[in-house]
Amino acid sequence: MGLFLAQLLTGLANAGALFMVASGLSLIFGVTRIVNFAHGSFYMLGAYVGYSLMQVLPGAVGFWGAIVLAGLIVGIIGALVEVLVLRQVYSAPELFQLVATFGVILVVQDLALMIWGPTDLLGPRAPGLEGIVRIMGEPVPQYDLALIAITPFVAIALWYLITRTRVGILVRAATQDREMVGALGVNQSLLFTGTFFLGCALAGLGGALQLPKGGADLLMDFTILAQVFVVVVIGGMGSLPGALLAAVLISVLNVFGVAYLPQSTLVLMYVVMVAVLMWRPFGLLGREEVAGELGQVGEPDRPVRPAGTAVRVLVAALLAVLAALPFWGGSFAVVLVTDILIFCLFAASLHFLLGQGGLVSFGHAAFFGGGAYVAALLVKYAGTPMELALILAPLGAGLVAIAIGWVALRATGVYFAMLTLAFAQLLWSLVFQWGDVTGGDDGLVGIWPARWASDNDVYFWLALVLSVGGILVLRHVAHAPFGYALRAARDNAPRAEAMGLDTKRIQHAAFAFAGMMAGVAGGLFVFSKGSVFPNEMEIARSFDALIVVFLGGVKTLSGGWVGGATFKGVEDLLVRFEYWRLALGLLIIVVVIVAPDGIVGGLRKLGERLGLLRPDEAPRGTAAPAAREPAE
Amino acid sequence: MTPILEARHLSRHFGALRAVDDVSFSLAPGELLALIGPNGAGKSTCFNMLMGQLRPTAGTVILDGTDITGKKPRHIWRMGVGRTFQITATYASMTVAENVQVALLSHHRRTFAFLPYATRLYRDEARALLDTVGMADQADRHAAILAYGDLKRLEIAMALAHAPKLLLMDEPTAGMAPRERVALMQLVADIVAERGVSVLFTEHDMDVVFAHAHRIMVLNRGQLIANGAVEAIRADPKVQEVYLGGGTLFSAERAHA
Amino acid sequence: MDRKTFLKGLVAASLAAATAAPAAAQDGEPIKIGEINHYKRMAAFAEPYKMGIEMAVEEINAEGGVLGRPLEFVFRDDQGEPGEAIRIAEELMTREETAMVTGSILSNVGLAIASLAGNREFVYLAAEPLADAVTWEQGNPWTFRLRASTYMQAAMLAEAAAETDAMTYATIAPNYAYGKDAVAAFKEVLTELKPGVEFVAEQWPALFNIDAGAEVQALERAKPDAIYNVTFGPDLAKFVREGNTRGLFEGRQVYGLLSGEPEYMEPLGAEAPEGWIVTGYPWYDFEGDANAEFVSAYRERWDDTPKIGSLVGYATALSIAAAIEKAGSTESDAIRQAFEGLAVDTPAGEITYREIDNQSTLGAWVGRTELRDGAGVMVDWSYKDGADYLPSDERVRELRPSE
Repeated sequence: MGLFLAQLLTGLANAGALFMVASGLSLIFGVTRIVNFAHGSFYMLGAYVGYSLMQVLPGAVGFWGAIVLAGLIVGIIGALVEVLVLRQVYSAPELFQLVATFGVILVVQDLALMIWGPTDLLGPRAPGLEGIVRIMGEPVPQYDLALIAITPFVAIALWYLITRTRVGILVRAATQDREMVGALGVNQSLLFTGTFFLGCALAGLGGALQLPKGGADLLMDFTILAQVFVVVVIGGMGSLPGALLAAVLISVLNVFGVAYLPQSTLVLMYVVMVAVLMWRPFGLLGREEVAGELGQVGEPDRPVRPAGTAVRVLVAALLAVLAALPFWGGSFAVVLVTDILIFCLFAASLHFLLGQGGLVSFGHAAFFGGGAYVAALLVKYAGTPMELALILAPLGAGLVAIAIGWVALRATGVYFAMLTLAFAQLLWSLVFQWGDVTGGDDGLVGIWPARWASDNDVYFWLALVLSVGGILVLRHVAHAPFGYALRAARDNAPRAEAMGLDTKRIQHAAFAFAGMMAGVAGGLFVFSKGSVFPNEMEIARSFDALIVVFLGGVKTLSGGWVGGATFKGVEDLLVRFEYWRLALGLLIIVVVIVAPDGIVGGLRKLGERLGLLRPDEAPRGTAAPAAREPAE
Repeated sequence: MTPILEARHLSRHFGALRAVDDVSFSLAPGELLALIGPNGAGKSTCFNMLMGQLRPTAGTVILDGTDITGKKPRHIWRMGVGRTFQITATYASMTVAENVQVALLSHHRRTFAFLPYATRLYRDEARALLDTVGMADQADRHAAILAYGDLKRLEIAMALAHAPKLLLMDEPTAGMAPRERVALMQLVADIVAERGVSVLFTEHDMDVVFAHAHRIMVLNRGQLIANGAVEAIRADPKVQEVYLGGGTLFSAERAHA
Repeated sequence: MDRKTFLKGLVAASLAAATAAPAAAQDGEPIKIGEINHYKRMAAFAEPYKMGIEMAVEEINAEGGVLGRPLEFVFRDDQGEPGEAIRIAEELMTREETAMVTGSILSNVGLAIASLAGNREFVYLAAEPLADAVTWEQGNPWTFRLRASTYMQAAMLAEAAAETDAMTYATIAPNYAYGKDAVAAFKEVLTELKPGVEFVAEQWPALFNIDAGAEVQALERAKPDAIYNVTFGPDLAKFVREGNTRGLFEGRQVYGLLSGEPEYMEPLGAEAPEGWIVTGYPWYDFEGDANAEFVSAYRERWDDTPKIGSLVGYATALSIAAAIEKAGSTESDAIRQAFEGLAVDTPAGEITYREIDNQSTLGAWVGRTELRDGAGVMVDWSYKDGADYLPSDERVRELRPSE
């Protein structure tokens, strides 16, 4: 009984910092509809800033003062990010802002390294709260009790702010209906900045508060991020009570998981998340997404047209030049371009899902890595030849996509995205954990191409054929009836349903198709690297693809591969420099601000402005010839 | 003659609110039937039950002798029912012709085709449909930049794609200028006459209703209070009472006509 | 494929290739060595390692270089991604024309490069990666390893543990391959040395995401005589703090794999655990030997104290120089043959790259932790030669795929 109570208290203490970070993320999403990937970075900053302040400020007053100050300072940094970066891109397509927040992650990582150095910092202990209290004979750290006391205080303060003050009423109104608040004459930008300040301050506070239980290190931004996402989604995005409930639930479950299922530490959280979302697709206390709320923001996509002869000839010519790369590019160029081609196919497959289907997946790496693992496992355990493995990899990935899509497509919008993330993480933890079969994080090595393709040049051609072929197939499907049905479901689902289209089935098929194409890329990847590791399934890989798709341009047909090629190329250059993450992060932010339609969309607009391209307002056919046609 | 559509004792309750309460009516083939009533009378609720967007609390909907209660919109569509929406619902990322082509693709069960170019399929059919609604000259324009009235007509062309026997139109002229409304309803009346399609439509604008409807049903607070020919409805005191004494309304109609 | 980006890549890459050694007075083209590491992701570990290499390269070049040519390391960051590391290795071996490749701290990256080395037939010296698989299950003729592997270091601690009365053990290790290997090796060796021991709890916190309070409670619940710890980095800090606060370590012997390495010990400051038996690197107490010389030279060169990574980096460069000198050429196969059975003088003594499995005999220091001037140090330490903590040759042959 004593132990049970002590474990419960440990869980409640852990819930404190988690709740603060999660409530900040939830608040920001609720009001601004921005999924703030950089929230973990603000948490990390809170820890570092708090640490530095504690070195300067003496005693107990200094300690607690440092925590509060750290919250305020991080809040101000967050507000600055909102004003300088995010405000520029509010009219961009749905979820585009998350690209900017991804840039912020990179910038913060390098800045923190510059300022605080690479060594982990051990957090100071809370003055006067170093010891333990014995509760029913079990030791309970005093600071844990302090955390348990502080959390409700913060929660109540938040509750008061949201329900009892004018600002809070605006925040709540904005969470429910943004246009309405704008219509009421409220200064929306001030509200957004304020929300960012508050949300980031909470993250900073959480980071500083956990110092006595740990410290500050450069990996903590990503470590907390997955956990916070899980909490926010389980609680219901935009719901503060939900965040509190979920933080407590996850923390307490974790404690008992550690005690009674010690091997479960990786998986438990995601299993709970999937279970909760299957039961309540919008989280415990979340509100159902109103249709269209997260639909297409900004101007609608342009109609797609099959390429004309001139374009086809040009593309064929460029491909011929590319195919000749081994003769003019040198041996490393072949390796690099093989990598880029594979990544382009991966990005293009996600782009198809996102651009044509309007389905934002945060877990697309599940299919890339899934395809890679299917191929690797087949080679390893069944001695499958490369050719067959390359065929079975997409089939395996497609099957995984069918299974995941079956559940995830019950939800829509951000919840769909979060469910895909949860499944990808589940799959990742399975691969990571099941060392006997998958090799765990030691991976599967020695998966090399068949003899005829073992030369780098030959493998390049194989990758060229399959990747470019895959990209062309994806592109063609966008022009095919299926692509139109998919876009119909995205543009207006009720209309499509009232027109005989089974929108869920169409989306499910698209999800499986995109998963298959990612599987092709995954299969190619394994044989080009000779090995595969769980890294190919982790969140970072999914984010990579997501970022390049947005950077390339969601509402264009070529955005996926253009973004992929550009990003990979630039990255390969930048990593040669010391502070490449800073440079890459700033570059991403600049692109986001300069070209909110993505690279391709931005270039198209530029071309139209310069008169090089025909603008959309006068498409072919409005001119006289069409009108003159006999109406028969 | 068997009715094309029959509603029997349709009810839909939201908690204590009886949005639609025991409504029964039928629609004959080739009939242009109007469903009118003040705001909040339950017209849209009634409509959504007929098309399958909403499940009735009680009652049945019979289409051409088949019970379709609780079937999904896409199944009802397959059985030959087309629909237009109160707020125009078209596909903003496509051209005008492609909007119709998608309907045709669905009708011909080609939506899971991965090989052909969709824009080249059923293009002539689409053009013919657009011609019916007078939109052929705009076939290759981006649907997102159309004027509102043109969108309404596009929607009708889309709804006609599978040669429906019944068309459900939820406020087909909402948001249009008065002259456009008359033209649009004339178009609908012509389609009914030429193709023998039956139409059930809801409408706010009495001009439109009295000018074209063959028969009128009046819904108030979820209940059907009148159902009859145009003249009978015009004379019905209950209807006049619902429409604020009615006099002004009807005289206005006469002035327009 | 964006061709422009690629061309730009070629230009910038040739400008940007990072170089290390300012050549001394030799003639001739430098001999280039590729070094791939996680300089950003694991900066705290990679930096001292790099400094060790640079110092060795300076010394080697000051004494005439290798084969009369200056030695030069090309350092590249792989972001901790195996896939990236593979591409960089290809680039180093083709465009940079490096003689061989070394690097990586993470085992998975090391295994990926090793697999490539075996396939492309170039030499890879895995300096830091600890996974046993590098030289055993996944070993290949082209891959050599410098550091004492997980098995070897765990065996050293197991040997120390076997000498105590403790009969029940609890283990705590990060939930990934290294943690699992470390626990398995410790169990294997300890059970062999002392058949009666019992393992009463196994805790597997997520790497860098430990729930320290809960883990400590779970360990306490099992009431073990002794605890075997494999956590490191921020996990170790949290574990130690919670353990101290809750009195987990009172009256219990704790064995900490790598816990005594300055990389892990120093961040703990005055809260470093006392009385743990650990493997580590007691640079502060060397006197009058090659180790002491290295430490003072390092401190003079960098105005910083050495870490274990510094020593590994230094020994890496020495090993490579020795191998190429012995090979008499920069041909891959010659270097490979030179590495087999190669003896190198390092600050820690002479080590040999065993012919049987390409594993070096570099050992580790085992000692007891203590607080001195507000920092954790190792006392009563001794250097354990790696050669003594390897399984029998038959066992190694079983583990290693036939060549």
